[in-house]
Amino acid sequence: MLLATEGLTVRLGGVEVLSGVSMAVEAGEIVTILGPNGSGKSTLLRALLGMVVPDVGRVTRAAGLKIGYVPQKLAIDPSLPLSVCRFLSLPYRVSPAEADAALYRVGMEGTGSKPLAGLSGGQLQRVMLARALLGKPGLLVLDEPTQGLDQPGEAAFYRLIAEVRQETGAAVLMVSHDVHVVMAASDRVICLNHHICCEGTPRVVSAAPEYRALFGLGTQGALALYQHRHDHSHDHVHEHHHDHDQDGHHHAG
Amino acid sequence: MNIITTMTKMATTMLDDFLIRAGLAGVGVSLATGPLGSFVLWRRMAYFGDATAHAAILGVALALATDLPVPLGTLAVAVIMAVTVATLAARGWAVDTTLGVLSHGALALGLVAISFVHGVHTSLETYLFGDILAVSKSDLAYIWGGAVLVLGLLAWRWQALLTSTVNADLAQADGINPDRERLILTLALAVVVAVALKVVGALLIAAMLVIPAAAARALSRGPEQMAALASGIGALACLAGLGLSLWKDTPAGPSIVTAAAGFFALAALFGRMRRQ
Repeated sequence: MLLATEGLTVRLGGVEVLSGVSMAVEAGEIVTILGPNGSGKSTLLRALLGMVVPDVGRVTRAAGLKIGYVPQKLAIDPSLPLSVCRFLSLPYRVSPAEADAALYRVGMEGTGSKPLAGLSGGQLQRVMLARALLGKPGLLVLDEPTQGLDQPGEAAFYRLIAEVRQETGAAVLMVSHDVHVVMAASDRVICLNHHICCEGTPRVVSAAPEYRALFGLGTQGALALYQHRHDHSHDHVHEHHHDHDQDGHHHAG
Repeated sequence: MNIITTMTKMATTMLDDFLIRAGLAGVGVSLATGPLGSFVLWRRMAYFGDATAHAAILGVALALATDLPVPLGTLAVAVIMAVTVATLAARGWAVDTTLGVLSHGALALGLVAISFVHGVHTSLETYLFGDILAVSKSDLAYIWGGAVLVLGLLAWRWQALLTSTVNADLAQADGINPDRERLILTLALAVVVAVALKVVGALLIAAMLVIPAAAARALSRGPEQMAALASGIGALACLAGLGLSLWKDTPAGPSIVTAAAGFFALAALFGRMRRQ
């Protein structure tokens, strides 16, 4: 276990944003927290990172765990001249060779001297991922990483995440309100609407009535797309995906 | 006679010249306002500089009433003001309203208070517009002491300050406390206000923070370069404004800020041309 919460309850301005959330991230797995807007996803992430103090319950981290964080947005004030390379050296200085290697890894080679403000949304996501990787994290935490990307951009970003996990062995925890590509890219999905509605493998979750109640039946198309893609990309995908969480869990809403 | 005593003697004689003192005061203030002013721009804190500077007038009144050195009185009130505003803003008070009331309230109260305590041997203009030509040796010691303190503080916290300026969440995830970094900037601002009061005056300290940094922005590719250039441009503006003040007998603070605004226009023009 890298990171876990136990009975986490967070109230913000008198409203209970999270109630009794217990979850864990194991080494090397890709977990996605899925939920509609305003369901407490970002608050859960912030509590996991220690930015929000829970009212009840606690967060435990494996000793010496390094977390690489990729925020949802990065608004650079136009008055701040900041190159990609200089950004990678925040807050810990890295050598130009390390910076180049990290940029190469995320497919952004040769952009080190470009101003950060001139990058597209997708490029900025990759650069933020490169910065997070420079800290050699055991866990990558990404908040809505594909917001504002088109579908091919999303798919490419999730592919990159999967590659990074494969190479570095880092676990990945993502937050998303987007059911489409997330399903294909995760080992485990946690469906959140202030409490955990259901969790398990993407297939189990997408079949759960709690999930359907949250996201409606309109997502069947996306699910079909997911299964279709997987059947094509690798043959034994289901066995492969199910071996560490055979059944998933259902929590009554 | 050994060389050190000779040099010390020369330096002391130089400091007897009011022009040399004025130049050194301007350069000293600019060293600190360059990097600090850059943060003021990056974090959009210009309003904050104004409020702190206005409160300094109240500090002057306090110092005059209690026979404290003026820089200490202004420092005390500037710190209280800066921390109050930062705290209220963090608690979600409407920043515009709070600052409007506190900033102008403190300025007005300060002006009223000075008229009470003061047998008027210094005119109010000194504090409102600065009087760089009347900088004394002890003023110079406060200015350089404050400038070195602020520069040291910023250099020590540079990476953490820059990270939390880029994104507070990012900083926090890396173990940096953004609130602490903001407090450091707040205190540095109070120190700069206290020492710059004599040079540019309460009404224009914020201009000295913003304008040289804005001029440097047009010419810079990195944050460190911008901070250093802002110091250089600020120092040049001080010397140019000093010259203008001496030549045409104009008020010192406004002359310096006029020169800085001129440099800004040149830098903006140059930056545009280079980009085309």
